[in-house]
Amino acid sequence: MPASASRTDGPRAGYLAWVPRLTLLVMLGPVVAGLTGTLAPAFGLMPAVGPTRVTLEPMRALLDWPGLPSAVLLSIWSGFAATSFSLLIVILVCAGWAGTGAFRVMERLLSPLLSVPHAAAAFGFAFLVTPSGWILRALSPWVTGLEQPPDLLVLQDPAGLSMIAGLVMKEVPFLLLMTLAALTQARPAASLRVAQSLGHARVSGWLKTVFPIVYSQIRLPVYAVLAFSMSVVDVAIILGPNTPPTLAVQVVRWMNDPDLAFRLQAAAGAMLQLALIVAGLGFWRLAEILIGRLGQGWIRSGARGHPGVDAAVRAIALMLGFLTAVLLIAGLAGQMVWSMAGFWQFPDVMPDSFSLRSWQRFGPRLVEPAIETLLIAGTATLCAVLLVLGCLEAEYRHGLRPANRAIWLLYLPLIVPQVAFLGGVQTVSIAIGLDSERIAVILAHLIFVLPYVFLSLSDPWRTWDTRQGTVARALGASPGKVLWAVRLPMLLRPVLVAVAIGFAVSVGQYLPTLLVGGGRVTSLTTEAVALASGGDRRAIAVHALAQMAAAFVPFAVAMILPRVIWRNRKGLLNG
Amino acid sequence: MADSPASLGLCLRNVTIKLESTALISLNDTIEPGEVLTVMGPSGSGKSTLLAAITGTLAREFTMYGRVLLGGRDVTDLPTEARHVGILFQDEHLFPHMSVGGNLAFGLKPSIKGRAARQKHVEDALTEVGLDGFADRDPATLSGGQRARVALQRTLMSEPRALMLDEAFSKLDTDLRQQTRELVFQKARARSLPVLQVTHDHSDAEAAEGRVHLIA
Repeated sequence: MPASASRTDGPRAGYLAWVPRLTLLVMLGPVVAGLTGTLAPAFGLMPAVGPTRVTLEPMRALLDWPGLPSAVLLSIWSGFAATSFSLLIVILVCAGWAGTGAFRVMERLLSPLLSVPHAAAAFGFAFLVTPSGWILRALSPWVTGLEQPPDLLVLQDPAGLSMIAGLVMKEVPFLLLMTLAALTQARPAASLRVAQSLGHARVSGWLKTVFPIVYSQIRLPVYAVLAFSMSVVDVAIILGPNTPPTLAVQVVRWMNDPDLAFRLQAAAGAMLQLALIVAGLGFWRLAEILIGRLGQGWIRSGARGHPGVDAAVRAIALMLGFLTAVLLIAGLAGQMVWSMAGFWQFPDVMPDSFSLRSWQRFGPRLVEPAIETLLIAGTATLCAVLLVLGCLEAEYRHGLRPANRAIWLLYLPLIVPQVAFLGGVQTVSIAIGLDSERIAVILAHLIFVLPYVFLSLSDPWRTWDTRQGTVARALGASPGKVLWAVRLPMLLRPVLVAVAIGFAVSVGQYLPTLLVGGGRVTSLTTEAVALASGGDRRAIAVHALAQMAAAFVPFAVAMILPRVIWRNRKGLLNG
Repeated sequence: MADSPASLGLCLRNVTIKLESTALISLNDTIEPGEVLTVMGPSGSGKSTLLAAITGTLAREFTMYGRVLLGGRDVTDLPTEARHVGILFQDEHLFPHMSVGGNLAFGLKPSIKGRAARQKHVEDALTEVGLDGFADRDPATLSGGQRARVALQRTLMSEPRALMLDEAFSKLDTDLRQQTRELVFQKARARSLPVLQVTHDHSDAEAAEGRVHLIA
């Protein structure tokens, strides 16, 4: 023992040090408890309703369901197709265009679209591709010769193609932003210049030098996309096939069945869903290794790439990237037009007249779910931001270095399928006597809001120059004053962006609201998704736009407010 | 250790900083009030770590042995804000969200009460270094030399009992460097502050006209 070893903690040692543990508990406690709460009924254990004998009956009932093979196949197929296609688009766009003007335009278009909730994006896509949608209207009758909408099953097609397309549209912006964050650390420009100076074509040079580094950084987001696409419920209800639906949708139907026997079967289905995702991730990992091996061989072969192929790949990638943005934006525009459309006959591209009648009709019904949505999102986001700030500040004050494993824990709630633990969360919250559904829903939203808030805030927080803090401390400021008077004001913009992301994540949650709220909490999202089967375009448009607005307004505030507050502070305007 | 002579300066008593079990730097010295001690060494030699130990901001992976006394008081276990050790880095680290005057007021001791009185202190400090009327300016609009003077005045406003210079002049060009250096040393002497500067530049050491401690 050194006689006089000195630490810098001073008398405040221990302050805030408990926050990281609390955060993990809040985030992972419900996942673990919920998994248990789901696992038990899958084996017949559901004390609340009677049968308390371990049995494989629910499993057998599940296996006897005739729709099981196609539901399972559909889940696997749509998950893998949506993930591979999104990843491919993002990788090729980055390989072909990173660092160019076209790339910056796409980045600017796609980043705000990240806030569009999945349900709103899916509805927008449906509005475009349905037989009476904008795409066919634009081509009729001069190309197609159609005077009436054709009797085609485009949406909810049995192969799940429209669902896959809807998922790709939403996952491309997410993966692109994750890749951009990884790119800033991989120094792609220098590697690419070296590769090109050695005679490599741009795309293949990028794939060989930059991609391996970038992929190792975006691996977890990719896993999250795969798990999400395999088990998504709201997008599958809107765009996916019905008879049978994906496994996750069927599980939710069983969970909401008044016949309690189906609850046990639902639990068995949820366990199967979890197993599918674990197996899916394992398979993806194997594919990674295989592609890695092949790639090593390709790199060693010294092939320089073919300029013609390179140009073609670049052109296709750019087209697909912009197509994603255009589809998302056109979908939203279509909803806006529908929400204000008067009479609108088939091949006409625009309605005969515009009116606010739909808004007047459905608007009053939106007030209550809107207040509920804001209350839930506001509380969940506030809790998440406080916890994350506490974690990051504890890390700074106590010089903690988060282990690499910690990042896995953050992604855990995004990888474990929602149907596999949310039902259990409801059971557990009732069991522990939490009698407010709203609080239970807020806690459930917090599970998903926390990882996104942490991922968004941790980089700017950690890259802040800590010497700024040293200077302030040396001037006599306490750690608390440094936080409130120096660090938070300087990081106002990233903090507000994190708030906006947390808010958008909460607004978009469908299953946590539905399952944990026991059907008694109605948000803008649950209302909008509930309208999917009805097919009233105007009602759907109004609800989806309201959902979209709730998610987007905080982003606008996060962009504008720092510019207003720091309008006379050049040092913070470009941060 | 009570038998050692009490100095009013900055006394580093058998200070050794280790990274794991490797000793990075050892110093046993007293810097008298108004004296400048220059510590020179290549980058990575632990110079800045020494200053971090004195200001109380040593990163967790380092361990410090020995004691730091300032004005006869043992400050080794005090938090940074209670040590009264001012520090200037090569970047000025002016707070970008505050005006120039706001930056100075941040450093000014709370014992000076009253809006008007505090305002006057800030304005006088600006006038002292030829920056009259700069109080409302955005720090991002200042030149390098102006920023350096604001940073110096901000530090002096907090009435430190010692001043640390961490490559404080290395970003300024030759002329400006000389002027700024003279200003800093002159003010430190006028206030009888013990000064510890770390640098890799010989001209900084010569300008300090004090003892030089070389480390490998």
